[in-house]
Amino acid sequence: MSETAALAASSARSLGLAACPACGRIEPLSREDAPCGRCGNPLHSRKPESVSRTWALLTAACVLFIPANLLPIMETGSLFGSQQDTIISGVIYLWTSGSWPLAALVFFASIVVPLAKLAILGFLLVSVHYRMRRWRGIRTRLYRFVEFVGRWSMLDIFVVTVLAALVRLQSLATIKAGPGALAFGAVVVLTMLASMAFDPRLIWDGPEERNG
Amino acid sequence: MNARSNLSICHDCDLLQREPAEPSGAVVKCVRCGAVLYRCNPGNRERTLALTLAAAVLFLIANAFPIVGIETQGQHNASTLLGAVLTLWRDHDGLVALLVLVTTVLAPATEIAMMIAVLAARRPSIRLLRWLPAIRPWAMIEVFVLGLLVSIQKLSHLAILIPGVALWSFIGLMLLLAAKSATFNARDVWQSVSLSEPRRT
Repeated sequence: MSETAALAASSARSLGLAACPACGRIEPLSREDAPCGRCGNPLHSRKPESVSRTWALLTAACVLFIPANLLPIMETGSLFGSQQDTIISGVIYLWTSGSWPLAALVFFASIVVPLAKLAILGFLLVSVHYRMRRWRGIRTRLYRFVEFVGRWSMLDIFVVTVLAALVRLQSLATIKAGPGALAFGAVVVLTMLASMAFDPRLIWDGPEERNG
Repeated sequence: MNARSNLSICHDCDLLQREPAEPSGAVVKCVRCGAVLYRCNPGNRERTLALTLAAAVLFLIANAFPIVGIETQGQHNASTLLGAVLTLWRDHDGLVALLVLVTTVLAPATEIAMMIAVLAARRPSIRLLRWLPAIRPWAMIEVFVLGLLVSIQKLSHLAILIPGVALWSFIGLMLLLAAKSATFNARDVWQSVSLSEPRRT
């Protein structure tokens, strides 16, 4: 990228400029919340209250992560009695029934992704708090990974929805969503909101700049 | 326009940088953190509009017909997406039903409708353009399609499954939405807005 020249590696904020988050227009930032001259979107040099908002959403997600994994997300009733499935037992069922690529997929979407989101966002918040200067590129890439991959955890909610709708065979079997499904859905939504609230530009702020 | 028109600010690391006069690839990335700043391929509005209209038709078909039918021991059942949401609702899982409704019906429908309004208008509405990126993360058709395939695999041991019209429509819808995102260039549309519109003060 030789033809793209950085202007003395200066952040837009240190030059008193801000880009509109909606339309990308660059404007001098006279005050926080000033409307963009093209689209009227409020301009900020950093997302307002980014760190405390992200902490709040992340904490709520961490608390709900426990019932999401311990409570059954699916309840199957049949002639032979009833069975309750948590997320992990669902993955184990897929594994033992021979479809291991699918088991790996569900394991990744429902267990690895939520855990990774919680761990990465927690690490980013701590690193911003201590104004860590190392691995800025890697931390930004971790953030982009969280943003990109977050939606895929909804997979299990959709699976339960489809199974519950189809398996309504009066005498033979009935599937219902369990209480874990609500907790799990809440974890997905809360972690998505947390990653939206986090401002990756804080990773690049120098020690002289205050965190927003 | 003004002296700032050939500058970009990275949304991920806040670096102010000059835009390359002749970009070497399909996208221009931030020189410091590698975030994609913008796409260089000129957006093709007619093509994007055609893809979005096709997506709208498939969206209607996908919601009107049963996705899969299940048959075992003489019993038959089939469900549409809205039927599945309604089942959750009746089982007293109202919030889960709402989450599914928003991510698979309301958000995709809103996104498709807004895209058509933006692309078909001679002067796209600024308000719609502004809200478009906020809707997009909540439209999860591609995740739902994967969920459908996992459910089918789970049930295939236990019963005979009959794929419905809506299953193929959802797969087609997923592909059309991806193609639409690939040809849509928001930066181009924004630039056309600022050329046609006097500066607001």
